[in-house]
Amino acid sequence: MDFSLAAVLPQIFTGLVLGMLFVLLAIGLSLIFGLMTVVNFSHGALYMLGAYFTVFFLGYTRNFWLALLLAPLMVGTFGLLIERFLIRRLYGRSPDDPLLLTFGLSLVLIETAKIIWGKIGLTLDPPRELAGTVNLGFMIFPAYRLFVIAVTIVVLFGLWAFLTRTNVGLIIRAGSRDPLMVRALGINLNRIWLLVFGIGCGLAGLAGALAGPMRGAYAEMGVTMVIESFVVVVVGGMGSLLGAVVAGILMGQVVGITTYFAPKAAEIMVFVVMAVVLLVRPSGIFGEAGLAE
Amino acid sequence: MGRHPVAAFGMFFAVFPFLMPYKSLASQVLIFGLFALGFNLLYGYTGLLSFGHAAYYGLGAYGTGIALAKLKLGSLWLGIAAGPLLAVLGGIAIGFFCLRRRGIYFAMLTLAFAQLLYFVAFHLSDVTGGDDGLRGIPQLPLNLFGWKIDLEGSLAFYYFTFVLVWLAVAGLKRILDSPFGTVLQAIRENGDRAAACGYDVRRVKHLSFVFSAFFAGLAGGLDALRLAVVPVESLYWVTSGQVVIMTLLGGAGTFFGPFVGAGTYLVLGDRLAVFTERWPLVIGLIFMAFVLFLPKGIWGTLIDRLPGGTSAGAKP
Repeated sequence: MDFSLAAVLPQIFTGLVLGMLFVLLAIGLSLIFGLMTVVNFSHGALYMLGAYFTVFFLGYTRNFWLALLLAPLMVGTFGLLIERFLIRRLYGRSPDDPLLLTFGLSLVLIETAKIIWGKIGLTLDPPRELAGTVNLGFMIFPAYRLFVIAVTIVVLFGLWAFLTRTNVGLIIRAGSRDPLMVRALGINLNRIWLLVFGIGCGLAGLAGALAGPMRGAYAEMGVTMVIESFVVVVVGGMGSLLGAVVAGILMGQVVGITTYFAPKAAEIMVFVVMAVVLLVRPSGIFGEAGLAE
Repeated sequence: MGRHPVAAFGMFFAVFPFLMPYKSLASQVLIFGLFALGFNLLYGYTGLLSFGHAAYYGLGAYGTGIALAKLKLGSLWLGIAAGPLLAVLGGIAIGFFCLRRRGIYFAMLTLAFAQLLYFVAFHLSDVTGGDDGLRGIPQLPLNLFGWKIDLEGSLAFYYFTFVLVWLAVAGLKRILDSPFGTVLQAIRENGDRAAACGYDVRRVKHLSFVFSAFFAGLAGGLDALRLAVVPVESLYWVTSGQVVIMTLLGGAGTFFGPFVGAGTYLVLGDRLAVFTERWPLVIGLIFMAFVLFLPKGIWGTLIDRLPGGTSAGAKP
């Protein structure tokens, strides 16, 4: 086995790309959970829809960039409908109920995807502009994967600016701290919840759209992703967005590097890291104890 | 029926295979009913939603399967004992980790640990058969005080399963009627108050977790005998989801709910499969409707409507 830096560096970058998908999914989960204490189990199914919608819009518009924009918007809109017509009915009931409902929903979405797009997955090519590789000086890396890293960083900055620099962002952060007080100030939290659910689902859709050209689109693609993203959220600390980013990148690295040294253990390592974090710091790296327990 | 649930269970399931389109389906209902019974002890009675109960079902199936196919123990009883034993060991270890957190964390952590076991079983193909499943489980005859009873006939296997599941049902009734069972329900209603009363809530929860793993493991072991193979999907998240759906369809926190739910799920799935390959879509929609509109499930709603029915406390 080759242990040189030149051999490990591509692995680190591959891990970083996977980490970016984890971050996008985990930040959506964490945002929804932090504000609404809802675990959206259908997050993986929405990731899958993101990939399929990209294929659909690509076939329709013949323009990858447009498809990459439209697919997350569609998934986000779908998220708005889920909140408005399903999740909203469960407020005030056991916090397990939204988890159970979205679990049922994910079964329905996976089966529906099989009916519409078939059981066999579809492949999706990166756009011509990003098809080749880029020489970074110290290594050669596929251009599309660098693009995924760049898009995620831009989206994260956008989200950070939205949450810290706008009034709506301020209300969202206040709402996750003390919803009762925010309500008392005369703010309609229902609309904020709707918006946040839509944004979270849209981020899952974006992750799926970005993953499409690397991993293809198939009905069950979201299943392990949602479980691993949840592990990322637990490791980072429930409801902590910074935690989701740090833990997402960390988990991407863990998977990337284990894939290099012991491929069979790669899927397992994610859970081993989780178990260790739980033993040492039960509330996660950046978590606060007591959120929705 | 309400006053003697264990006797009622025995009477109903004694004639059950003759109500079913085929005998193997009847055995399947009993086995998944037992699995759901274990899940319900944890979710319905203790208030802990485990989303990874396939772990204990799968450990039970592999325990029995490995004991008979790989270790060649040659005794049906030892094989059956090995399943729940392995599940209990898994329950002790995983419960230790998962019970460090509560609520939704607990649910998702149990799922994560089940998924960990799935990947381990998938890659340890020397022991588990990996993707092909564990094959070569011998169909041993039942040795009962020198009598040898052949279990290969589906009706013989049904009644063998029936007796074991009946014993488990009686055992669960005993647990629920004991002071320990009352503490479980106290924890479900208000964990903090139970702790204030001086109960070691974490230990009681852990014990409930391990009991639940035992029932699920026994179900897994019986299913390994029924199929003579352990598919790696036994440990997959879909299996965990199935037991959640069954229990909620039937009615969480009711005594018969798990069996009503397992029967409904399996018979409905069996009939729907004739019409469409996509029957999980229909089950998923029905499940969503139950979460939204009938959270007490079929049996729970039924006893609420009956005279003298109550929605609080332990239900028959």
